[in-house]
Amino acid sequence: MTTIEIDHTSRWFGNVVAVNDVSMSVGPGVTGLLGPNGAGKSTLINMMAGFLAPSTGKVTLDGTQIWRNESVYKAIGIVPEREGMYDFLTGREFVVANAELHGLGDAAAAKALATVEMEYAQDRKISTYSKGMRQRVKMASALVHDPSVLLLDEPFNGMDPRQRMQLMDLLRRMGAEGRTVLFSSHILEEVEQLASHIEVIVAGRHAASGDFRKIRRLMTDRPHRYLVRSSDDRALAAALIADPSTAGIEVDVTERALRIQAVDFGRFTTLLPKVARENGIRLLTVSPSDESLESVFSYLVAA
Amino acid sequence: MYDPTVARLTYRALLGRRRAAILFVLPVLLVAIAVAVRAFAGADDQVASGVLGGFAIATMVPLIGVIAGTGAIGPEIDDGSIVYLLAKPVKRPTIIFTKLIVAIGVTMLFSALPTLIAGLVLNGNGGQIAVAYTIAALVASIAYSALFLLLGTVSRHAVVFGLVYALVWEALFGSLVPGARTLSVQQWSLSVAEKVAGDGLVTSDVGLPLATVLLAGVTVVATWYAGQKLRALKLAGEE
Repeated sequence: MTTIEIDHTSRWFGNVVAVNDVSMSVGPGVTGLLGPNGAGKSTLINMMAGFLAPSTGKVTLDGTQIWRNESVYKAIGIVPEREGMYDFLTGREFVVANAELHGLGDAAAAKALATVEMEYAQDRKISTYSKGMRQRVKMASALVHDPSVLLLDEPFNGMDPRQRMQLMDLLRRMGAEGRTVLFSSHILEEVEQLASHIEVIVAGRHAASGDFRKIRRLMTDRPHRYLVRSSDDRALAAALIADPSTAGIEVDVTERALRIQAVDFGRFTTLLPKVARENGIRLLTVSPSDESLESVFSYLVAA
Repeated sequence: MYDPTVARLTYRALLGRRRAAILFVLPVLLVAIAVAVRAFAGADDQVASGVLGGFAIATMVPLIGVIAGTGAIGPEIDDGSIVYLLAKPVKRPTIIFTKLIVAIGVTMLFSALPTLIAGLVLNGNGGQIAVAYTIAALVASIAYSALFLLLGTVSRHAVVFGLVYALVWEALFGSLVPGARTLSVQQWSLSVAEKVAGDGLVTSDVGLPLATVLLAGVTVVATWYAGQKLRALKLAGEE
């Protein structure tokens, strides 16, 4: 039981299309679901977890439908994003309860708690735990039945670097054991460090798929836009357009600035100050106007 | 059909801290009223029937039913912790049925038992009044628990709707509007009490056969429907 198939799946809420005709296959190893906030990552994960039905299309685990099929949870472990979790129980009581609901006993719970290194705090109430500790107990509850699939919704949110490293080590181990591990994040570096395969979701669409090198290249080999104000805009524009690193320059009269589209990012960044100095032009403002993750992702969608 | 782990989680959530305190207030109030009435008016069958019918059955039992029924599932759906029950190979109807059993138990404990105590204080079970109303409370507990568990499963405003039902429908309309009384859990349970109590001490607008059918029917249908709703429960993310 190891591959989740998403087949031409869409999900809408009233007028809002959260997931738009997405198809992908998630197999053994660690897969990262990358996208800006609001892209539809949670919606996709909820459909894979059986908590949401697709509006159209199919979401299956090794061919079996996940929605309305509780036997599928024998093979799937879920680490939800939301905080709510029986705070009045101790860590151990919580993991034991999860084990019992799977038909397992204290031994499985103890093993899971050991895996996440929470034995030292297992007899304290969950309400006294820090965020990192809660996350680890959530992981223990997801691992207690030794599932072949692990779904984690934004697991690194709010974690400090040390906790993040610990969790990454754990997930890497799970992936190496042949489990299918899927986690979501809006931070490329997190996904790069951990996932062997990355699926990019932007505005509900499946924007890109591949290993991190390919994704990085897609994201940096694109036109970069800058907003530049100087002591002599037109002269600067004329000097810049002569060089092949610039693909387009617009004189924005209302903003009193130049909007520059650079296709060779590296070359342009050395060119700009050089040209300014050679022509005696003083640079007043130089700001990249599309460094946000959203614009990067939007570019990926449009591509 | 019954899962001990779900039961344990449910009653620990229900009887934790604040909610347990609220559950105690009404029964204590009832017994206090009973003591006061007995002290000032002595033992009187009609008065006893009035207190037990007018406060215990009309107000206290439905309110406890709302708290226990909605509380058995509502908070878990609200804060998302229900996901830990749903992401398990446990049938949804089993989860609902187990929670129903716990809700019924809690409602009976906090409504039927105090009704019995208050009744004994009021007139020492003269005319079988204390026992009659206690049985009414037991029977009403079952139907209310099922109704409010369903409400807790389908609505985020379950407590408000439940309170409106308990205080407006049962206590007000149910007492004033003739047609409405046939659709009142209170009247159905009073019909059972009428059978047990001495002549004329307890009255109900609904005949016993109809009342029994409605009580059982509402319980079964509400429980089944809640199970179906839980199977299709959508858990949205925080986006």
